[in-house]
Amino acid sequence: MPELPDSSPPDIPDSLPLNSVGLVEPQVFEFEEPLELSCGRSLNAYRLVVETYGELNDKKSNAILICHALSGDHHAAGYHSANDTKVGWWDEYIGPGKPIDTTLFYVVSLNNLGGCHGSTGPCSINPDTDKPWGKDFPPLRIRDWVHSQARLADRLGIDQWAAVIGGSLGGMNAMRWSIEYPERVRHCAVIASATKLTAQNIAFNEIARRAIRSDAQFFDGDFLEQDAIPRDGLALARMIGHVTYLSDELMGERFGRELRSGSFQQGLEAPVEFQVESYLHHQGKRFAESFDANTYLLMTKILDYFDLAREYNNDPVEAFGHAQCKFLVVSFSSDWRFSPARSREIVDALIAANRDVVYTEVESTMGHDAFLLPNERYESVFRTYMLKVAQEC
Amino acid sequence: MLRIDLDILQQWVPVNSRVLDLGCGDGTLLKSLAENRQIEGYGLEIDPDEITACIAQGVNVIEKDINEGLANFHDKSFDAVVMTYSMQALRRPDLVIDEMLRVGKECIVTFPNFGSIRTRAYLMLRGKMPVTKQLAYQWYDTPNIHFCTIRDFEELCIEKGIQVLHRETVSTHSPDQHLNVFWPNMFAETAIYHLAK
Repeated sequence: MPELPDSSPPDIPDSLPLNSVGLVEPQVFEFEEPLELSCGRSLNAYRLVVETYGELNDKKSNAILICHALSGDHHAAGYHSANDTKVGWWDEYIGPGKPIDTTLFYVVSLNNLGGCHGSTGPCSINPDTDKPWGKDFPPLRIRDWVHSQARLADRLGIDQWAAVIGGSLGGMNAMRWSIEYPERVRHCAVIASATKLTAQNIAFNEIARRAIRSDAQFFDGDFLEQDAIPRDGLALARMIGHVTYLSDELMGERFGRELRSGSFQQGLEAPVEFQVESYLHHQGKRFAESFDANTYLLMTKILDYFDLAREYNNDPVEAFGHAQCKFLVVSFSSDWRFSPARSREIVDALIAANRDVVYTEVESTMGHDAFLLPNERYESVFRTYMLKVAQEC
Repeated sequence: MLRIDLDILQQWVPVNSRVLDLGCGDGTLLKSLAENRQIEGYGLEIDPDEITACIAQGVNVIEKDINEGLANFHDKSFDAVVMTYSMQALRRPDLVIDEMLRVGKECIVTFPNFGSIRTRAYLMLRGKMPVTKQLAYQWYDTPNIHFCTIRDFEELCIEKGIQVLHRETVSTHSPDQHLNVFWPNMFAETAIYHLAK
């Protein structure tokens, strides 16, 4: 089970970038009131691990909720220790002077229920059995996350978010917020997302899931009890996912046909490894060390099952008719996993529902991952929009 | 202050209506319509800087190339569809006007009159493609590929059975302002049409 970072205050490092939120420490929130889940079961108690950046203002009107994507967690910005070499997953866009400006906003980022970085999930102990939940953890829907996040907002004294923001799966989370709690959201930023996955997208997820299930170390989901980890399956799942998050063009630029080792020289029989192979194996290995296989299965199912309009006569216009907030929708030209066409469906529905919306299609070669990476145009749009949000706080 | 065509067309936009602005620029018209006519509006734009300017003004802006058509909008889903000074930059202005009349109950189009004496004289006397203050491009770098005159436009309207509800023509030059009333195709700089089908 993943351990929470040491709670003792870390040393102050000599030099962190000025536009960084700096050293951050996750907080743990325990909830004792049972949470009814979409599947009909309920969680009697659960914990959420949360990071916050910036200060909540007196009116409590400047709070931003960050919704993470498939493999994300609560650590969205800053550093966990002075010698931390890895910043939070959205550090590019959260910090002083960044689009989600922590001198203006109080930013809340959590590890969602079902996660494997400290919040209650398949790695947690099931109080009924005193063993890890494993594969028996209840299946979740995005609305379950929204309800758990609403309780977190209550705990933090936030009646209404200035904005709920998310990319990819997080964008679905943000859209669901706008419909489940219309009066609690002023702005909703939906980045590289969709109202539902396409067949191709579900297909990739199922291939990744099969990779995990096929691993002998998976033990039908009971690997924790067997003291095993399905590393190969997880790594393979990540490798498949990773390829789909990048674009052909970017992989060409970044790796081309460069060799990591070996040679094609005539007369030599040295085994050849392309750079791209080595890169994917590295990504897979790293992921397998930090991510729980049951969480991966759970999260990809949450993605697959999400359909914004299912309970609204399959009509996204009717669904968005319940929202009251303003929307920012952003897509990226080379993103083929959540293509601009999916974002345009969101925008068309919002316009038909008479909701305020701004939409931009950012030119990028970075594929789906573009929403996490530096991009001048994206940053400028995001920053300009968030300054308007700040003016209303 | 608004550009003169933007000022004039506002009177034709119903109060509390739903407006789509094709090629909305920095959102000035939509913002002004929201303030003066209490409209709910959306602008379509492709220029990144203009889009950012719209966001800064708090205007709903959608990144979209009008040349691709308006297939994503339902029939008569807007009270008014407006296009100011963008028609001449379209690949097929006639098809876009068809689309505007399908999506909007009414349409407003403004365009520079290429039949104005100033363009005619420029071409006749200098023998070069006209370059004016409002259309300050050279022939090789201009986005404006489909200029027309007022007479051209009226012929298109007749051909397509488009009803002209109102027409205003304007000039910013002083003698032309008076002559424009008698002979707009010769003296108007800008034409403003209110259309329906």
